[in-house]
Amino acid sequence: MAEGRARIAVLDYGAANMVSITRALAVVGADPVVAAEPASIADVDALIVPGVGAAAPAMDNLTERGLLEPLREWVRAGKPCLGICLGLQLFFDASDEADTPTLGLLSGRTVALESAPTLPHIGWNSVELAREHPLFDGISSGSYFYFVHTFAPAPNDPSIVLGRTTHGRPFVSAVALGSLYGLQFHPEKSSGAGLRILANFVGLVTGSRATPAGAA
Amino acid sequence: MLARRVIPCLDVANGRVVKGTNFVNLTDEGDPAELAARYAREGADEIVFLDITAAHERRGTLLDVVRRTASQAFVPLTVGGGVRSVDEMRAVLRAGADKVSFNTAAVAEPELLTACARRFGSQAVVCAIDARRLPGAEGSASRWEVVTHGGRQPTDLEAVAWAVRVVELGAGELLVTSMDRDGTGSGFDTDLLAAIAGRVRVPVIASGGAAGPDDFVAAVRDGRADAVLAATIFHRRTYSIADVKSAMAAAGLPVRPIEEAAA
Repeated sequence: MAEGRARIAVLDYGAANMVSITRALAVVGADPVVAAEPASIADVDALIVPGVGAAAPAMDNLTERGLLEPLREWVRAGKPCLGICLGLQLFFDASDEADTPTLGLLSGRTVALESAPTLPHIGWNSVELAREHPLFDGISSGSYFYFVHTFAPAPNDPSIVLGRTTHGRPFVSAVALGSLYGLQFHPEKSSGAGLRILANFVGLVTGSRATPAGAA
Repeated sequence: MLARRVIPCLDVANGRVVKGTNFVNLTDEGDPAELAARYAREGADEIVFLDITAAHERRGTLLDVVRRTASQAFVPLTVGGGVRSVDEMRAVLRAGADKVSFNTAAVAEPELLTACARRFGSQAVVCAIDARRLPGAEGSASRWEVVTHGGRQPTDLEAVAWAVRVVELGAGELLVTSMDRDGTGSGFDTDLLAAIAGRVRVPVIASGGAAGPDDFVAAVRDGRADAVLAATIFHRRTYSIADVKSAMAAAGLPVRPIEEAAA
């Protein structure tokens, strides 16, 4: 129990592929846990909210599994949490996708990509870094990551923006506020560059542990 | 800027990678998970598995192959062949696939595309269109018929109209294969690709006929494809992913650079 591997719960709310994210976490030295119920996140160091698909069923599934309030409380307590793709979008106040109210942990809305030459935005695109951040340690601005989405967040606070990507027009593709992180792309599907970001996240989680494992 | 994807396709039968000419004369070319991992290391932007025996032998898709691949290759994975229900699609996604491609099943039951898109999102629903050129007109007057069951079964569907329809039904991407060119090495059917890409907003993946890097350039430039797929030239190591990406970059097309050392 006292070993140093970060225990990271990946919320399973029926958001499909759990294999890639859990395997990727294991590859970068974390101890992944698939969490489909609140009890599974009781003794972990960090949460990951993965996801593809539509916002409304995702919110419904989180509610049905009793994960919605524990997730809100986790983030409000300032504990580390990473949202990926739809997971990131859920952090904001609401989504234009079927006008769905979402978690309200970050100020802003999720909006459809404007002026996109193709939709959904599927494929590898570059992320231009807006500022330095440990999550992107070792990643140069302009590196490519895998995207698959139709909507993207529009934060009200520009200071949370870590990176932007252009498909038609620029959109926000990475954010951070305290220990809350969000990526519009899929690090678990972005080969070496994606694994590096997950490794950085695990490093941030390990570094944020105020007390050794077991003391909590 | 969105890169144009280079996608090796692994046609899988009985758990092995196979490839033949016009979907016949199959030859064994290796273990799917092993090949997929190699391609990911070599810079493949995505991997497509097509279970080519599934549609007519009524087998399930290769969940074990998918699981083994997703555990070691951290790139997008699309699986096609034999998925006929929302539940079957869920099983494939949970095994580690990101997208499922529908072909024969979409023709037999078009509402399946809608049901799967509602449940998993359009981005996870690929419609594969196998098209054969109808005799007669050439160039802009060309017409193509949709065929199914690995090319053995004609339909009365016109390919461009079918493409428009499946996007309306919920497909988020189209995998367009020229059955005239597939396995022949005579180049992609850029007329077919351009005809479809001009009518839909979703990404179009070009397939069937790649012989060399110039064909990939033509598929994107003339065929307006967002991604280009090939099997034989990669499996036989005639050309590498890097060869293809170099040619595309030299032609001014955006590609994802190959990583120095994939983790």
